[in-house]
Amino acid sequence: MNSLKQIFPKGDLIAFAILAVLLAVVFPLAMDVFRLNLVGKYLTYAFVALGLVLCWGYGGILSLGQGIFFGLGGYCMAMFLKLEASSPENTAIQSTPGIPDFMDWNQLTELPWFWEPFHSLSFTIIAVMLVPTVFAFFIGLAMFKRRVGGVYFAIITQAIAAILTILIIGQQGYTGGVNGITDLRTFLGWDIRTDSAKVILYFVNLVLLFTCLVIAQIIRKNKLGRILVAMRGREERVRFSGYDVANFKIFVFCIGALFAALGGAMFTLQVGFMSPTFVGIVPSIEMVILCAVGGRLSIFGAIYGALLVNFAKTSFSESFPELWLFAMGALFISVVLFFPNGLASVYQDHIVPRFKKRFKKQGKPVAVKPRVQTAKNQPNTTEKTDDVLTGGTL
Amino acid sequence: MTTTRGITTKVSSVLKKLALPIALSLAASNLAHAESVNTTGLAVTDDTVKVGILHSVTGTMAISETGSVQAEKLAIEQINAMGGVLGRKIEYIQEDGASDWPTFAEKSKKLLVNDKVAAVFGCWTSASRKAVLPVFEQYNGMLYYPTFYEGLEQSPNVIYTGQEATQQILAGIDWVVKNKGAKKFFLLGSDYIWPRTANKIARKHIEKLGLKVSGEEYYPLGHTQFNSVINKIKLKKPDVIYAIVVGGSNVAFYKQLKAAGIDMTKEKPLVLTISVTEDEILGIGGENIEGAYAAMKYFQSMENENNKAFVKAFKERWGDDIVIGDVTQAAYLGPWLWKAAVEKAGSFDIDKVRAASPGIELTTAPEGYVRIHENHHLWSKTRIGLAKKDGQYDLIYETDELMEPNPFPVGYK
Repeated sequence: MNSLKQIFPKGDLIAFAILAVLLAVVFPLAMDVFRLNLVGKYLTYAFVALGLVLCWGYGGILSLGQGIFFGLGGYCMAMFLKLEASSPENTAIQSTPGIPDFMDWNQLTELPWFWEPFHSLSFTIIAVMLVPTVFAFFIGLAMFKRRVGGVYFAIITQAIAAILTILIIGQQGYTGGVNGITDLRTFLGWDIRTDSAKVILYFVNLVLLFTCLVIAQIIRKNKLGRILVAMRGREERVRFSGYDVANFKIFVFCIGALFAALGGAMFTLQVGFMSPTFVGIVPSIEMVILCAVGGRLSIFGAIYGALLVNFAKTSFSESFPELWLFAMGALFISVVLFFPNGLASVYQDHIVPRFKKRFKKQGKPVAVKPRVQTAKNQPNTTEKTDDVLTGGTL
Repeated sequence: MTTTRGITTKVSSVLKKLALPIALSLAASNLAHAESVNTTGLAVTDDTVKVGILHSVTGTMAISETGSVQAEKLAIEQINAMGGVLGRKIEYIQEDGASDWPTFAEKSKKLLVNDKVAAVFGCWTSASRKAVLPVFEQYNGMLYYPTFYEGLEQSPNVIYTGQEATQQILAGIDWVVKNKGAKKFFLLGSDYIWPRTANKIARKHIEKLGLKVSGEEYYPLGHTQFNSVINKIKLKKPDVIYAIVVGGSNVAFYKQLKAAGIDMTKEKPLVLTISVTEDEILGIGGENIEGAYAAMKYFQSMENENNKAFVKAFKERWGDDIVIGDVTQAAYLGPWLWKAAVEKAGSFDIDKVRAASPGIELTTAPEGYVRIHENHHLWSKTRIGLAKKDGQYDLIYETDELMEPNPFPVGYK
């Protein structure tokens, strides 16, 4: 339906290339394994931010509960790894060998039924993707079909995040409680704690992230992307044009959940544990901040936002262990104050025009290729849509 | 600096000729080169050694962990004033765990991998310890962990300077049974691993003594509505309320207990806690908890010479209005125990320090005397304190013998 060129215009291709070179070449060459592993961790948040760009930036659905999906994905992976780490030989000192250590501390004597299937890797991979997505589907179904939106939706997602945290902490015999699921060692016998494993996982993470980026780009440049933008602007109009708004919202919310879940699973693999601190309200809001700092209208901005905020967090806290939170606060406030549409808008508003000017001075006109209209009722070119985007609302 | 060291060299070379054994020990403590006391590439130079301090100084746990940070810094400063460890001044690198377990893991890795510290003093909650444990085991670091905790753990890379559950619990229960004639207990706690494990041990011990547990209840962390359980307690009429409520919930619990007409000073029922130190009383208010008993290993009011000097130094360094709880004192022991182990080993190498650790004793501990057990926990006495209106405990009993740490109590599962 759409030609490749339309989905990947020159500008975006360059952005893809720059990001790929930075993440796949510059970082691995410039950093030791410890720092590279940290970048890998930051990039797992980029999955969530990317999902939020689609949900919030494009679809106008502000979810303050992305931690739910990040956590579910992460927990599914953690359950698989924990079972592998709890072989009867490794847990011989327990009163019931062969079950995870925290179950033994909580007087469980056999593995709960819902843990059983996580012995299988293929089940786990399916669960990582499916459990959060299906959960998001039901949340979306319940909310969007009844036309709950805006602030109410944000509050409800937040409530669900809080409930899930309480559930995980309360059911500590089954979930590991506050401690989370810790001490994960091997993945199918492969020690994930070694330096070489960290490097390999970093690249696996990159491949997944770029897959998600491409999916996001396809959605963005498709008719679907434009309907999302239209919905954000004037939901009623889209509805009266004959589109089922709820279905589109559910779809994009599910995509956001799926991305977050992949991030969560990669997080567990790279960091070696999962805990309820990633499920709750605070991390969920932090993820929205990542997205806001990077620019909620730019899929690349989301990635850079995740990197920048987390880099800042690490370096501030290493230099000023007692004052770093103030520095973070200053960063957020100044970004929101000076660049309401995030860092991506700096690029859009300041760097791109300058390039264009230079181009013009050299006598070459900026080439704007005529676009094939795919949607009859969408007269805007893609560039125009992007302009429309900057005026977006919640 | 250089001239002084030149003189020391001369003096000790004279000594070497005169009395070989003395000279050898001097050489080991003062003149050994960095390579000989550090074969594994830790951050040790000829006159400094780097260690890490890893606690939350931001976030919800900051209020609890600040005392530990202060205690550790004080100990390090005192050790430096005495000439350091193996002739080297201790330099600390402080990192913030931010009350966030993954951050603890990240920072501990940074301390071990990037900074190559010779030891880390840190962590407070069990969750943070569980998060850093794999990191310490993988990169072979040494962690000195100050909090009283649930046991069920014994890592070659951790020295536990607080008490594990059985040390706190058994002596406390034995004491109320013997001295207060307690027969019926009501167990109560915040819902996570430490109170649950502690109550499991308490229940087993109570039942072993042939006595009765009339109830066992748990509430989520941060819970503030204790009225229903207080009514239940009134109905069951236990002799002892065994309370392991933590954090902010304590404030609500003791206030509501008092408001419900349970006067703790009358001891009907009596309240015995293992989770309220002087730090927590600051929040609860002395008037709300007056008359309750606490079983732990240290109270600020202890009247021995070590403690008097410690409290004085602490107040001089950090201000007069500061209170010192059990964990703060345990944190203070960390650097001293490490110093003793390093000097016994004659090396900063983690493996040698570990091998030297069991049997290390500290006669200068504010709590009195402690010794490191084979299982990396401390032999220490358990003490009973009676809470007073001014927020301090009166020491009213201490065990005659040191309690043996037993992180995997066999009869209590």
